[in-house]
Amino acid sequence: MLAWLILFAPLTATALILLVTKSSRQLSAFLSVGAVGASFLASVVVFFGPDFTTQFNWLEFGQRLIIPIGLTIDKLSRTMLLVVTGVGLLVHVYSLGYMHEDRSESRYFAGLSLFMFSMLGIVLANNFVMMFIFWELVGASSWLLIGHWYEKASAADAAKKAFLVNRLGDFGFMLGILVVWSLFGTVVFAELKPAVERISNDATFAVILPAAVLLLFMGAVGKSAQMPLHVWLPDAMEGPTPVSALIHAATMVAAGVYLMVRIDFLVIAAPTAQTVIAWVGMITAVMAALMATQQNDIKRILAYSTLSQLGYMIGAIGFAASGAAMFHLFTHACFKALLFLGAGSVIHGMHHEQDIWQMGGLKNKMPITFLTFAIGTAALVGFPYLSSGFYSKDSILIAAGAKSWIFLVMGLFTAALTAFYMTRLFIVAFLNKPRSENAKHAGESPMVMWVPLAILAVPSILAMPFLLGRSSTLTEVLGLAHDHSKDAWNVPLLAMFMFVWGVGLAFIIYRNRDRDPLRFPLLAHKFYFDEIYAGLIAITHDLLAKLSGFFDKYILDGLLVRGATTLAFGTGFVLRFFQVGNAQAYAIFFGLGVIVLLYLAVRP
Amino acid sequence: MKNIFLYLLILIPLAGAVAAMLGNSARRISLLAAGANLALAVLLLAGFNSPSDDPFRYRAAIAVLPALDLKLLVGVDGLGMMMVLLATIVTVCAVQLSPEVKDREGAFFACLLFISAGCIGAFVSLDLFFFYAFHELALIPTFLLIGIWGHGERLAAAWKITIYLALGSFILLLGLVALYLAIPAEHRTFDLTKLYALQAQLAQNSGASLVPVEKQGWIFLTLLSGFGILISLFPFHTWAPQGYAAAPTPASMLHAGVLKKFGLFGLLRVAYPLLPEGAQACSKVLLVLLVGNILYVGLVTIAQKKLDLLLGYSSVMHMGYIFLGLASLNIIGQSGAALLLFAHGLSVAALFAVMGILRDRLDTTRLEDFGGLARTMPLLSLFFGMALFASIGLPGFANFAAETMIFFGAFGADSLSVKSVFDFTPLQWTVLAGLWGVVISAVYMLRAYRRIFFGPLPDTLKSPPDLTAAQRWPFLVLIAGLLVVGFYPRLLVDVIKPGLQPTQPATPARVGVAQR
Repeated sequence: MLAWLILFAPLTATALILLVTKSSRQLSAFLSVGAVGASFLASVVVFFGPDFTTQFNWLEFGQRLIIPIGLTIDKLSRTMLLVVTGVGLLVHVYSLGYMHEDRSESRYFAGLSLFMFSMLGIVLANNFVMMFIFWELVGASSWLLIGHWYEKASAADAAKKAFLVNRLGDFGFMLGILVVWSLFGTVVFAELKPAVERISNDATFAVILPAAVLLLFMGAVGKSAQMPLHVWLPDAMEGPTPVSALIHAATMVAAGVYLMVRIDFLVIAAPTAQTVIAWVGMITAVMAALMATQQNDIKRILAYSTLSQLGYMIGAIGFAASGAAMFHLFTHACFKALLFLGAGSVIHGMHHEQDIWQMGGLKNKMPITFLTFAIGTAALVGFPYLSSGFYSKDSILIAAGAKSWIFLVMGLFTAALTAFYMTRLFIVAFLNKPRSENAKHAGESPMVMWVPLAILAVPSILAMPFLLGRSSTLTEVLGLAHDHSKDAWNVPLLAMFMFVWGVGLAFIIYRNRDRDPLRFPLLAHKFYFDEIYAGLIAITHDLLAKLSGFFDKYILDGLLVRGATTLAFGTGFVLRFFQVGNAQAYAIFFGLGVIVLLYLAVRP
Repeated sequence: MKNIFLYLLILIPLAGAVAAMLGNSARRISLLAAGANLALAVLLLAGFNSPSDDPFRYRAAIAVLPALDLKLLVGVDGLGMMMVLLATIVTVCAVQLSPEVKDREGAFFACLLFISAGCIGAFVSLDLFFFYAFHELALIPTFLLIGIWGHGERLAAAWKITIYLALGSFILLLGLVALYLAIPAEHRTFDLTKLYALQAQLAQNSGASLVPVEKQGWIFLTLLSGFGILISLFPFHTWAPQGYAAAPTPASMLHAGVLKKFGLFGLLRVAYPLLPEGAQACSKVLLVLLVGNILYVGLVTIAQKKLDLLLGYSSVMHMGYIFLGLASLNIIGQSGAALLLFAHGLSVAALFAVMGILRDRLDTTRLEDFGGLARTMPLLSLFFGMALFASIGLPGFANFAAETMIFFGAFGADSLSVKSVFDFTPLQWTVLAGLWGVVISAVYMLRAYRRIFFGPLPDTLKSPPDLTAAQRWPFLVLIAGLLVVGFYPRLLVDVIKPGLQPTQPATPARVGVAQR
């Protein structure tokens, strides 16, 4: 019962807002916050309760096809529930302040609640089809949220792009589900697991199983914005900043990682696919970090850093270290939400200025934001021993080293880059001197906004290391795959070296600068991915569409259809008989048909 | 005459049509008739008992020509019941959303009710003759509506649609006659229930078929062509977009939402149960054509620059999915196809209704003329958004449930080769094309939505008013129908399943290991 409450409280809020309280912004906001609060409380209760599954059959065709809607509470989902509803609740509260002056506040909160419903469905799903259902709903509700300021062309385009790129990934996801079902006759995770283990040594499945896993992985590539489907995420920064904090930290982008952890038994059974996944993740990590070094928009820097960190997590799936992936997912959810909300606070204080080169000196103007942002930054760059990010990143690097030295090198390089671009952001925006009027007159945000920052800062710096200690403790908590922490003492040292190197370099380059002394057009233009894709789509799909449109209008309809009717009947005859409005002619035709039919029937 | 309900379903709109023509408040009379019919349909659905040996309920017969065993035989199985529900829902909404008619108002509404009566008649008929005749009854007023009250190049469109659909009906007639004649003389009857019983009996006794196997292929192909033209099966689809663009709003809603479904209903009612071998023989042809519907027409839709044509083509495209469900030849896919008839009917009616309102208020359907309407028309943009997401198969709406069943049914119809990756069967490749079509439909629909409702409001548009109070509830009805069935599809699926007669057992050999 509680599990259903967790899932449906936010949906109820959406429905009520749409049907009843649309005109009252305050009531709508209250409903939405209350719903996620209820989900959070229920999640806490469930967290300390036993494992269970509850379900009904959504579709049923004998034994051939059974698609349940089922909620699973197990070690994985209950922790994820806590993170999703916890961060979600803080984002909702923060939104009360951030969106206060927005005239479409009701629509915003309705969208936010719909989003929570979709995300919680993914977390609780006990089978592939249900996962897919909520997967697509996340796509649709993110379309709503990213496009909240739809009158801005860039926001409207970004929303569309996010949905379409996600759908592209879902194409593979659905096909993968169909293949898995054809192979094993079920879509329920708990039933698949023993079936997969039974065939794991069967050589006849050596081709089809990795293919199926990679198809499923396509879904994760879309949702977790991995190369080459990463292009939607930076653009999605057009949405309100709390939305970015929600969907780009704890929820939507984490869904891809969560899916892969859910089905890690399939991934492990398909080593070929595993290697591909590792490469995709690590390439994303490196390339996104490179792109982040040359961005000037505070939210875009964070967006690319999200891509990069997601690359780590996906990489960890490829290293068969799903425990490490989940650990990093949790720490990242907290500190990235903190960073985004901090950025939102900065943007709020700066009157919607997002260019870090227009900022500067915010340290004194916004002390709480400054302090919490510093904590978030420390966690993201993996400040040794004090920050949660250090431990989670470490566990991934160790797993990378166990898989292959090349992955370790990529991981360490990314760590150095991360330290570099975050220090750059931090110095340019918060230290140095104010570089614009807005920066000179910036002020701290209201309490409803900084309290969530303060709360999120706690797990980023303190609680995680104390409560969870090393990743081995967490993997125990989660009951996930084994980790490698015992046999690699050198990796933390290397990571620390990278940290010092990155921070130091950024400090030297960016201290007291008024503009960026480094110029790498290739990185600033994000490796020209958008341009290449636009060109590709123009010369393939759009061209095909134009050709088909032309063919349909002028050849198929124009030439063939008209030609055929002219040939068959002769235009004059046809026109006389089928003149418009001339129902009699048609009635005669109809009557003749009936007579023919009757004649043939009567005929002995 | 103990079961007069189904006759009533036909008679109420007919009586309404006559009253509308004679009386002077045509709109109110029509709404009353349509509403009464919807209420009756809902009651009948509520009283639709749990399955028994006979799938057909509310049966009744009036002898017409006893010598020929020709009678007005009516009855509904789950499929028929669902189609009746669809027809009555869409009729009410179409009548309510009709724009103001200045010229011959009575005749206009009478035409709408005639279409409704004809559709319902065809859906409840269990007699081949009346099955065909009722459909013809519905077609004629469609032509009149386009020709007299249409928009734009209405004469050309009406001309084309008349030629096309008349041709389709004629081929269909040929097919039905051929089917009738192919049945051994001692068994010949128009009574579908008798034919089903004979078919089942023969199959059980001797494994033989009612229609000789060697004739089935050609007859099936003829029926497929006839029905196919009516459904806008590729490449016989070019009448549809132009016809819908030219038709008055309620006519597009009724035709695209209900009347066009007659062809698919007919395939499920006549062709697949009576010609199982023919269906097998023609399956490759059908697969090629339906890929044409999904991929080719999908691409054509992307290229459209006017909203009316775009919606028309997208409706044509989605017919491909229903065909895919039929082609699966098993209960999962065919149930999905049946459910998609319903889902598509509701969603396309809502889409055309929005298009009609935009056309009435703004005098344009060109996408480039629009922009930013979400600000001035929040309700309309909400409803359009929901109908749009339904039509592109977003979970939560009935269309998704139906498409999922279709994909599972079609993909699972053949066993999967485990040895290599690209060793799909033709049906499985078609599923792949269908999944790509899901991406295509998201592309054109979201582009259109972005164009019309998002971005800044252009100066040329003088902030048009939102939906009036009277225009709201039809949309609520349509969307609510989609959501209810989408959340719990078994509401309808469990009703339609027993009546469907799959031509292939639903459990082919399995290559995997796990069976519960």
